[in-house]
This record gives sequence, structure tokens and C-alpha cells, in this order.
Amino acid sequence: MVTTMVAFEINLGPLAPHYLSEIIMGIVLMVLIIVVLAKAVVPAFEKMYAERADAIQGGMERAEKAQAEAEQALQEYRSQLAEAREEAAKIREDAKNQGAQILAEMRERAAKESERMVESARAQIEAERAQASSQLRAEVGGLATTLAGKIVGESLTDDQRARGTVERFLAELESTPIGAGER
Amino acid sequence: MLTLPFLPMETGGEGGYKPPSVEDFYFPTLFGIDQVDRTTVQAIIAALLVIVLWVWAARRLKTVPTKGQFFSEFIYEFIRNGVARDALGHDYRKYLPWLLGLFSFILVNNWFGEFFYFMFPTFSRVGYAYGLALLTWVIYIGAGFKKHGIRYLKMSLLPEGVPWYLWWLIIPLEFLSNFITRPITLALRLFANLFAGHLVVTVFVIGGGYLLTVDNNWFYNVAGGVSLIFSIAILFLELFIGALQAYIFTVLSAQYVSSSISDHH
Repeated sequence: MVTTMVAFEINLGPLAPHYLSEIIMGIVLMVLIIVVLAKAVVPAFEKMYAERADAIQGGMERAEKAQAEAEQALQEYRSQLAEAREEAAKIREDAKNQGAQILAEMRERAAKESERMVESARAQIEAERAQASSQLRAEVGGLATTLAGKIVGESLTDDQRARGTVERFLAELESTPIGAGER
Repeated sequence: MLTLPFLPMETGGEGGYKPPSVEDFYFPTLFGIDQVDRTTVQAIIAALLVIVLWVWAARRLKTVPTKGQFFSEFIYEFIRNGVARDALGHDYRKYLPWLLGLFSFILVNNWFGEFFYFMFPTFSRVGYAYGLALLTWVIYIGAGFKKHGIRYLKMSLLPEGVPWYLWWLIIPLEFLSNFITRPITLALRLFANLFAGHLVVTVFVIGGGYLLTVDNNWFYNVAGGVSLIFSIAILFLELFIGALQAYIFTVLSAQYVSSSISDHH
């Protein structure tokens, strides 16, 4: 019975495992590798990939944010610059206006001052003239009396008479217009 | 005399040449334990290498990658985006450790075939490929039942729009394709590529070395030298095939899961 079984057995040659241990070792080692890779290797790689994706995404977000900030800052600077320019122009305009105003005021003030000076000079002259005229009146009175006494030979010491004479003379004198000779 | 160079090696005089064969894929047991040989040690080293390298890479991850991290990220993203997310959509996260480990483990084991000291691709021993394929089978069928419950059986056995009189034909065919041939082809594709690749390399290296040292035959010696040089090119080809097969195994595994958890079949 056994011999017939052997006779019918197909000889597989190298297709038959030499040892049963080959199959067992193949499976056992492979399972061992799977367990280690599943526990320690694949999670580590996947974690690293996730971290890398995060880092790249985070970096891109950060860059975008920085760019937005930079743009905003630029916008601000530009508006500030424009404002400053406007202000400078305004200040310049104001200064020009103010300068013109000051100049006009000064001019006006100078004109007034000169007018006032002329006026005061005129008043002074007038006062001096009045003073001179009254002084002159006294002196001329005396002189004229003395002169007339000498000419007439008659003493005009009589005050009553003399004053009357002088008064008369002066009235005459005043009635004549103050012409070119006086002024 | 003229025909001599073209005769099979066994008849070519010395008789000291033993062509590479299936026997070269079996090694004496190690540490006196039955069932343990150098492929066992190799598989364990590969698994430790995969674990240590990935854990090490995961420990020093930075948001801004260093040069070394760029490399680990390249492989991780290759599987994560190019395989897992591509095939499984937003459910990929659950299957990522398995797909990433699958690709790394197969790649390291395949490249052992081209690295000094090992010089033997672990998956040219079919048992390891069966093991991984079995795991894939459990995972994609488990995923299907978890998503659709018992309805998964109907979904995978009976595609929509099949007329009732063809059911007797379609149901066994779909059963074969979804539950039997998928894991077998997955395992055999990986195994056969690595087995054949390693055999080709040994043929070129052992045969070339033998030819190079044959006495009194310059033609043999030149041919041996050429074949040794050519074996370097084959080694590079094997590096590529090793990576390609690791990728294909991973992509197909993801595809199978995707087909079991998809809503339409």
C-alpha cells in the first residue's frame, strides 16, 4: 500500500520545499517585520510627513501674513507721505500768505509812521513859529519904540502912550498878510 | 579535433567538471539542527537587517531631510505612494507596514545573491516564497471577508453579469484563479526568477573557471575568461531582476488586496 502511494507521488524537484522550516521561517520573519514596521517605522514616517506638511503650510501662511503686513505698512507710509506733502504745501502756502500780509502790514505801518512823523514835525514847526512870532512881537515892540524915540526925539517913556503906539503898529503889522518874506 | 570544443563537458577529457545543478541549492545542516541550513541564517540576517535599517531610519527622521533620509524616504514613498496608495486608495495605511516589509525583505534577500559572503538568493529556495505567498493569501482573503463578510465568497466567485447557465463553468474557474493559482504563481514567479538567475550565474562562474584552467586548450581558456567577465554583467542583471521581482511581488500583493476589498468585482 505504501509503496504504491510512493510510486504515484509526483516528483516536484526544486518546486517542493527542501525543509518545512523554510515556509515557517518565511512567515515568522515576515510577521516580525510587519509588527516592527507597524509599531515603529510607519507611524514615525507618517508623523514626519504630517509635520512637514504642517511646517510647509505654516510657513506659507506666515509668508502670506508677512506680505500682507508689508503691503499694509507700505500703504500707510504712502498715505503718510502724501499727507506730509500736502501739509508741507499748505505750510508753504500759509507762509507765503502770511509773508505777504506781514509785508502789507509793515508797509502800512511805515506809511502811518512817516505820516505821523510829518504831522508832528509840522506841529512842532507851527509851535516854534508861534513861539518865535510872540517873542518877535515883544522884541520888535521894544526895538521899534526905541527906534521911534530916537527918530522923533521924543521920549516915549510915557508908558501909556508908548503902549498905544506899539499896539497900533503891531495891529498894522498883523493886518498885512504874512507873505513870502515871513515864510 | 575540430569538434572537440563543442562537445559536452562531460566527454571533454579530464572528467573533473561537474555542471551546476539543483544540488548546488542545498547545503548541509548547521549547528547540528535538522531543518536549519545557511538559508535559514540568511533569512534571519535579512529580516534583522530590514528591521534595524528601517528602525534606524525612522529614529533619525527630520522634517528637513538629510542626505541619508532622502534615500530612506525615496524607498518609503516608492512603496507608500507608488504601490500602496496607487492600488488601495485611502485604505493604504493599514497595509503599508506589510507592503513595505515585503518589498524590503524580498529585496535584501534577492540581493544576497550578488553580495560577497552570501552569494545566494534566499528565495531561490521555494519554501520561503511559499511562506510569503501564503501570508499574502491569508491577508487578501482575510481583507475580503472583513470588508464584505460572507458576501465576499459570492463576489469573488461570481462576477456580475454572468448568465446563470454559465455558473457551472465560471464558479470553479474563479475559485481556481482567486484562491489557488494566485498564491502559487506569486511564489513560483519569485522563486523561478531567482533560481534560474542564480543557476545562470553559477554556470558562468564555475564553467568559466573550469574552462580557464583546462590545460593545453587555448580556446577553452579564452572562452572561460570571456564567460567569467560576462558573469559580472549577469550579476548586474541579477541585481536588477532581484529588485524587479521584489517590486512585482509587492505590487501583485497590493493588487490582490485591492481586488478583495473593492466594491465591484
